[in-house]
Amino acid sequence: MNKLTILAAGLTLALAIPAHAQDLPKLTVYTYDSFVSDWGPGPSIEKAFEATCECDLDLVGAGDGAALLTRLQLEGTRTEADIALGLDTNLIARANATGLFTNYANRPERLDVPITWTDDTFLPYDWGYFAFVYDNTKISNVPNNFEALIAMPDDFKIVIQDPRSSTPGLGLLLWVKEAYGDRAPEIWAGLAPKILTVTAGWSEAYGMFTDGEADMVLSYTTSPAYHIIAEGDETKSAAKFDEGHYMQIEVAAKLASTDQPKLADQFLEFMTSNEFQSIIPTTNWMYPAVIPTNGLPKGFEKLITPSKSLIISADKAQMVRDEALAEWLTALSQ
Amino acid sequence: MAHSSQPIRPIHFILGGSAFALLLLLTLGTVIALWWHAETSVALTPSDWSIIQFTIVQALASASISIIIAIPTARALSRRNFRGRQIILTIMGAPFILPSIVAILGILAVWGRSGYISDLIANFGVGPINIYGFGGVVLAHVFFNIPLATRIFLQGWSAIPIEHFRLSAQLGINTAGITRHLERPMLHAAVPGAFLLIFLLCVSSFTVALALGGGPKATTIELAIYQALRFDFNLAKASQLAMIQFALCVVLGGLTILLSKPIHFSQGLDRKVERWDAHEIQYRIFDVFILTIVCLFLFLPLYSVLIRGIIPLFTLPATVWVAALNSITVALLSAIISVAMALTMSALIIRLAHKYQTASQAMEIVSFLTLAASPFVIGTGLFVITFPFISPFTIALPVTALVNAAMSLPFSLRMILPAMIRAESHNGRLADSLGMQTWTRFYIAIWPRLRQPVGFSAGLAAALSMGDLGVITLFAPPDVATLPLIMYRMMSSYQLEAAAGVALLLVSLSLSLFWIFDKGGRLEHNLR
Repeated sequence: MNKLTILAAGLTLALAIPAHAQDLPKLTVYTYDSFVSDWGPGPSIEKAFEATCECDLDLVGAGDGAALLTRLQLEGTRTEADIALGLDTNLIARANATGLFTNYANRPERLDVPITWTDDTFLPYDWGYFAFVYDNTKISNVPNNFEALIAMPDDFKIVIQDPRSSTPGLGLLLWVKEAYGDRAPEIWAGLAPKILTVTAGWSEAYGMFTDGEADMVLSYTTSPAYHIIAEGDETKSAAKFDEGHYMQIEVAAKLASTDQPKLADQFLEFMTSNEFQSIIPTTNWMYPAVIPTNGLPKGFEKLITPSKSLIISADKAQMVRDEALAEWLTALSQ
Repeated sequence: MAHSSQPIRPIHFILGGSAFALLLLLTLGTVIALWWHAETSVALTPSDWSIIQFTIVQALASASISIIIAIPTARALSRRNFRGRQIILTIMGAPFILPSIVAILGILAVWGRSGYISDLIANFGVGPINIYGFGGVVLAHVFFNIPLATRIFLQGWSAIPIEHFRLSAQLGINTAGITRHLERPMLHAAVPGAFLLIFLLCVSSFTVALALGGGPKATTIELAIYQALRFDFNLAKASQLAMIQFALCVVLGGLTILLSKPIHFSQGLDRKVERWDAHEIQYRIFDVFILTIVCLFLFLPLYSVLIRGIIPLFTLPATVWVAALNSITVALLSAIISVAMALTMSALIIRLAHKYQTASQAMEIVSFLTLAASPFVIGTGLFVITFPFISPFTIALPVTALVNAAMSLPFSLRMILPAMIRAESHNGRLADSLGMQTWTRFYIAIWPRLRQPVGFSAGLAAALSMGDLGVITLFAPPDVATLPLIMYRMMSSYQLEAAAGVALLLVSLSLSLFWIFDKGGRLEHNLR
C-alpha cells in the first residue's frame, strides 16, 4: 500500500463519522456485553432511541451485570455513565448501598412483570425464569422437580454455572434455597452426583450442552425460543419444575452523577415503551417487562409457563446468598 | 551468570530500568493500587486456604507431567530430521495460545462423554470416560503446556554445539554417554525455569480448571480473586489473594535460581546437527512412538476446533474482520514491546550480574511476576490508577498491547537472556578487544545470536496477545473490539457457531503471526 492509499483510507474514515454527532448531547449507558453485541438488542435500540431523542446514545459493554456494577463502583461519581442497564434483582441491594443511583422520574403505567414492582430507583426492562434446558429428541423421561432430578439414573448429567462467577449460577442457588429452605443442603447433596461439572460462565456450560456433553444445562425458559425462532430448531425444551421457577428481573437505573438527567429520564421512559419492548424478546431472549401491543413473537407460545414464580426480595437476597453459598460449597466439595 | 565484565552505561540503566519499572507497576503497582482503593482489610478463611492448597497441588502435578512428557518429545524432535517436522513445530504452538473457552470445548471433543475416545470405546461396550476432576484439570494444563516445555528444551538442545556431537561420534560415545555428558547438564539448566513458568501458568488458570475440575473443589486462587472483585467488590481480599500468588512466585523463583545450574558450552559454528548415535532402531522406534502419541494428544482437540469453525468462517460478519485488524495491531505492538523489554532487561541483568549478583537475580525473579499476576487485578488496578486522569476508552488498545506484552515477557526473557549471555561470553570479549562500541558492538557481535530467540519471542508474544482477552474488557470503548472479545460476545448471544468460526480465525491468525516471526528469526541460519 502506498502512502496515498493510506491517506485516502484515512480521509474516508474521517469523513464517515457523522459530523453532527459531536454537537448532540451524549447519553452514556453502561450495560452487559451481550446487550451491545451485534446479535443483542443494542444496535436496534440505539437506532430507535436516536431517531427520537436528538442525542447520541453510547452503549458501553462492561462484562456481565455484576462486573458492570463493579465497574461503576470503581469509577464512583466521576463515571461517564448516565444510566446503568443490566443489573438484576440480586444486585439491587449492593447497588443501593453504593449510593450512586437516583430515582427515576416517571413510573410506567403498566408493568407485565409477575410481581408487583415497588422500587423507585430501579426499573425493570425484561425478565425471565431460570430453567434446565434439554434436548427433547434424546430425553423422554423429563424430571419435573429437583427431587425427580436427583432420582434420575446415574448417567444422567447436568451442567451448572458457579454462583460465585455467574448470574444463572447464583439464580440456581437462590432457586433451591427459596424452594427448599432448610432442606437446601440435602437437595444439593442429592444433586451432586448428577452435576457433571460447574463452569465459570453461562457460555461454557451452554456450549458443553449443545456439544452433547451433558443432558441438561442451567439456562432460561426462554432459551428454546432462540432455537425455535432464530434457527427453526424445535429440539430444545425447558423442563418445567413444579416447585416453581426462580425469576431474574433485569433492571436499569439513573446515575445520581449524571450530567444529562432529563435525557436519562427520557431513556428510562423509552425503555418501557412499545418500541424498546418489542425489540427485547428476539434479541435478548427474555420476556419484555411490558407486553408489546402486537403480543409476544410467534414461537414464545411454545415455551413452558411455570406454575409458580419464585423470587427473594432485593433486601433479603444478599443475606440469603451468603448462607446458601456456604451450603452449596459444603455440599459440592464432599 | 555471564562472564561479561561489560561496563554499565547510563543507557542500560535507563532502558532496562524503565522496562523493569513498568513491570513492577503492572504487577505490584496494580495490587497496591487496589489495596489503596480498598476501605477494609480481611482475614483469610479456612476455605481460602483449601483453595490455595488446591491451586498449588494441581499446578505442581501439571508442571511435572508436562515436563516429563516434553523432555523425550523435544529430544525426538532434536535428533530426528523428517519431512513435516517444521509444520509439527509450528502447529504445536497452537494449544498454548487457545482462548480458554475454545480449549475447554476442544479438549471435551476428544476426552468428553461424547468425545472421540468415548465414541470409539463405546463400540466395545465400554465408557463413556469421565475426565472431570483432578485428572481433567491436569490433562487440560498438560495439553496447554507440553508445547511450551518442548520448545524450551528444544532451544536447550540446539544450544549444544554440533561440534560436541561430532566429537562424541568420533570418540564412539553412545547415546547413554551423550545423555550423561551433554543432555543431562543441559536439562539441569533448563528444567527448573520451564517448571516455574508452567507452574505459574497453572496457578493463574481459572475457567479451565473449574470446568474440567467438575465442581467447586477445583477452585483456584484466580477464581477467588474474580469472585472478590466482581461478586463481592472486596478489593482488599482481591489484592490479598494477588499477593499470595506473588509470594508463591517469589518463593519458587528463588528456588529455581538456586536449583538451576547454568552451563556453558564452548562456542560452535552453528551447523546443522547430525546425530549418528541415535540411528539405532530402538531409539528410532521410541522417538516415533513418543511423537505420535504427543501429536495425537495435541492435535485432536485442534482438529475439532478446525472442523467446528471451518464452515462458519466463511460467513462471518464484517465486524469480525475489523476486530481481526484490531487484534493484529495489538499483537504486533505487543510483540515489539515485549521484545524491547526483554532485550533491555537482559542487557541490564547481564551487566549487573558481574558486580551486583543479588540485584541481577532479583530482577530475574521479578520478570516472572507477571505470570503470577491475575489479569483481573492488573486490569482493575490499572483502571483505578488511570481512571482519574484519562478516559479508559482512549487508551484501550495501547493498554491491552502493553499488558499483553508484559504477560509474555517471562517467555521472551527466558529465550533472550540465555542467548545474550552466550553471545556475550563467546563474542563479547572479542568485540571489546576490537574496540566496538554500543550499537556496532550489539549489531555485529550480539545480534546474530539473538535473531532466532528474538524471532521466536516476538512470534510467541504476538500469538499470545491475539488469543488473550486481556484487559480490553475493562477499557474497550463501545465500537472497538478484539477477536477474543467478539468471540465471547457471540457466545453469550447464543451465536455458538459463529463463535467457532471466530475461534478458528483467531487460531489461524495467531499461528501465522507466530510462524512469520519465527521464520524471520531463523532466516539467516537456513541460508548459511
